[in-house]
Amino acid sequence: MTSTIVVGLDGHGSGERALAHAEHLAKLIGECDLIVAYIVEWSPYSFQTPEENAERHKRREEEISTAKERVVDSSIEKLITSGLKATGIVRHGDVATALNAISEENNAIQIVVGRSSEGGFAKRIFGSATSNLVMSASVPVTVVA
Amino acid sequence: MKNIQTLLLSLMAIVGFSGSALAQEAMSLDQKVNEVFAAVTGPFVSLIFAPLPGTSFPWIVMWLVVAATIFTFYFGFVQFRFFKHAIQLVKGDYSDPNDAGEVSHFQALATALSGTVGLGNIAGVAVAVGIGGPGATFWMILAGLMGMATKFTECTLGVKYRNEYKDGTVSGGPMYYISKGFDELGLPGGKILAVLFSVFCILGALGGGNMFQANQAHAQIAGIVGDYPGWITGIIFAAVVFAVIVGGIKSIASVTEKVVPFMGLLYVGAALIILLVNFDKIGWAFGQIFDGAFTGLGVAGGFVGALIQGFKRAAFSNEAGVGSAAIAHSAVKTSEPITEGFVSLLEPFIDTVVICTMTALVITISGQLVMDPATGQFLLNDAGTAIQTIGGVSGVALTSAAFGSSISWFPYVLAIAVILFAFSTMISWSYYGLKAWTYLFGEGKTSELTFKIIFCVFIVIGAAASLGPVIDFSDAAIFAMAVVNIFALYFLMKIVKKELHSYSSRLAAGAIKKFKN
Repeated sequence: MTSTIVVGLDGHGSGERALAHAEHLAKLIGECDLIVAYIVEWSPYSFQTPEENAERHKRREEEISTAKERVVDSSIEKLITSGLKATGIVRHGDVATALNAISEENNAIQIVVGRSSEGGFAKRIFGSATSNLVMSASVPVTVVA
Repeated sequence: MKNIQTLLLSLMAIVGFSGSALAQEAMSLDQKVNEVFAAVTGPFVSLIFAPLPGTSFPWIVMWLVVAATIFTFYFGFVQFRFFKHAIQLVKGDYSDPNDAGEVSHFQALATALSGTVGLGNIAGVAVAVGIGGPGATFWMILAGLMGMATKFTECTLGVKYRNEYKDGTVSGGPMYYISKGFDELGLPGGKILAVLFSVFCILGALGGGNMFQANQAHAQIAGIVGDYPGWITGIIFAAVVFAVIVGGIKSIASVTEKVVPFMGLLYVGAALIILLVNFDKIGWAFGQIFDGAFTGLGVAGGFVGALIQGFKRAAFSNEAGVGSAAIAHSAVKTSEPITEGFVSLLEPFIDTVVICTMTALVITISGQLVMDPATGQFLLNDAGTAIQTIGGVSGVALTSAAFGSSISWFPYVLAIAVILFAFSTMISWSYYGLKAWTYLFGEGKTSELTFKIIFCVFIVIGAAASLGPVIDFSDAAIFAMAVVNIFALYFLMKIVKKELHSYSSRLAAGAIKKFKN
C-alpha cells in the first residue's frame, strides 16, 4: 500500500529543510507519495476596501500562480528527478487548518513542516502556525528545525 | 510615503507660521465658498425636499418609506424570515472551502458597512434627535427595519447583474442592473435611467460621501484645538485621500479599514457602558421615545416633525434604496446572488437598529436636551427650529457632549473615531462615484484621474462650507439616487422574487449545501 506525506512549504529556508527531510523519509518508507503544499495566509473575516474586493479574484489567481512558479513547481521537479512521486497544492486559508485538511483529504500518514519564521506580537497572541498545527493536527506532525 | 510626510509637514508649517493674519482672510474665504455653494445647490435641494401638496411632509421621505413597506410585504417579511440564515451565511456555514481566497460574505458586508457606518450614526442621529426629539428614534428604528427589505432587493440585483471582466475584476451596481435588467424584461429606457442614476451617484459621492464628511471632521477637530479656517482641514484631508486614491498608497486605506471596525466596536461599547451605568433611566428613555413618537413632546412640527426626522436620518444613515450598497456588495464570491441579498439585509439592522439607537439613547439619557420640568415638554431654541441643548450644540457636538457627560475623556476618542469614519466613508464613496463616472465616461486612466481630482477638490469645499447648506445638498444628492433606483426596483423586483422562490424551496429541500455546522 502506498503511503502519503504532506510537506508544508513557506518559501523560506525552513521549508527547504522540511522538504529535504520529507524526501529522506519517503525514500526510507519506500512506496511513498509526497504532496507539496503551499498555504497563502488568508482569512474570510478580514476587512478590505471596495477596490480590493473588486480585484480580489484577480489577485487570488495571481497569488496561486506566483506560489506555484516560485515554490511548488521547482520542489516537485526536484522530488521527481530523485525518483519520487510528488504533486503540488496551493491553497488560501489558515496555515494550520489548511495543512490538516489537505492531509485528511489525502489520507496522509504524516505532515512535515519547517519551524515557522514568524515572530513578534502576533505570535505571542495567536501562537505560530507551526505550534497551532502541532496542537490541532489529526496525524503526526514532524517539525524540522 | 515620504512625499506625503513632507507635504503634511509643510502644510502644518504654513498653518503654524501664517497664523492669525491668514485667519482673517480665510474666514472671508470660507464665507464666500459658503454663499456661492448655497446659491448653486439651492434649487436642486428645494426640488428634492419639496413637501407633499398641502402638508409639510417631504415627498422624498414618503417615497423611501413607501418603497420599504412595499418590498417588506412583497417579499413576505424577508428581513425576519431569513435573518438567521443571513447570519449563517456571514459566518461562512455555506461557503465552499474551495473558494477560500475569494471575497467572502463577511468581507462584502464589512466593506459595505464601513461605507455606511460613520457620521450618519453619530452626527446624523444627533441632528434627528435635536430637531425631532427622542420620538424620532422610534421612526428611525421602524424605517431601519423596513429598509432591510429594500437593501435585500437592490443587493441581490447588484450581484446578479454585475460585470465580470476578463482580467478577473468585477463591477456592479444599480447602473448595471438597471440597464441589463430592463433589457432582459424588454422594457425601454433602462439605459437612460442608468445614466441618470450615475449622474446622481456622482453628486451623492461628492455630497454625503465627501463634503458632509469633511465638514463634520473639521467641526470635530476645531472643537478640540479651537476654531480655525475649514479649508486647512480640507487641504490636509484632500492630500491624504489623494495619496490613497490617486497615489495608490494602499497601506493608508488598509490601516483605516482595520481601525474603523475597532472604532465602531469601541463606540458601541462606550454607549453600552453609559446605558448600563444609567440602567435605571433606560425605561424612562424608551418612554420618551414612544411618547415623543406619537405626540412630539413639544418639538417643532409635533409628531410629524419627529417622524420626518427619524425617517430622513435612517435613510441617510443606512442608505437603503440609495443603491450605493449594491455597488459595494457586488464583489462577493457566490453562485447564488440572493445569498448576498440576505447578507445585506443585516446592514440596516447593524447600522440603524443597533448603532443609531445607541446614539439616540445616550443623547436622551444624558439630559442634553432641555426639558421644561413642569410640563414634560421640550423647550425650543430661540429660532424655534430645534430643541434647546445645554451649550446650544447640535450635530456631532451634541453626541460628543452627551458621551462626555458620562465619560469625560470620551469626546477625544469620539473625535478620532469621527475623523477615521469620515475618512473611510470618503474612500468608499470615492469608489462608488468612480464606478458611476466610468460607467458614463468609460474606463481609462485620464477619465479616472479627472474624477479623483474633482473628488479631492470637493473635500476642501466641504470642509470650508458651513453645516446647513452642506447637509442639505448631501441629503438631496443621496436621495436623488434613491428616486431613480427605487423607480427601477419596482420593475425589477419580480426577478428577485423568482430567485427568492427558487432559493427558499431548494433550501427547504436541503439542496443548498452546508459546509459547516
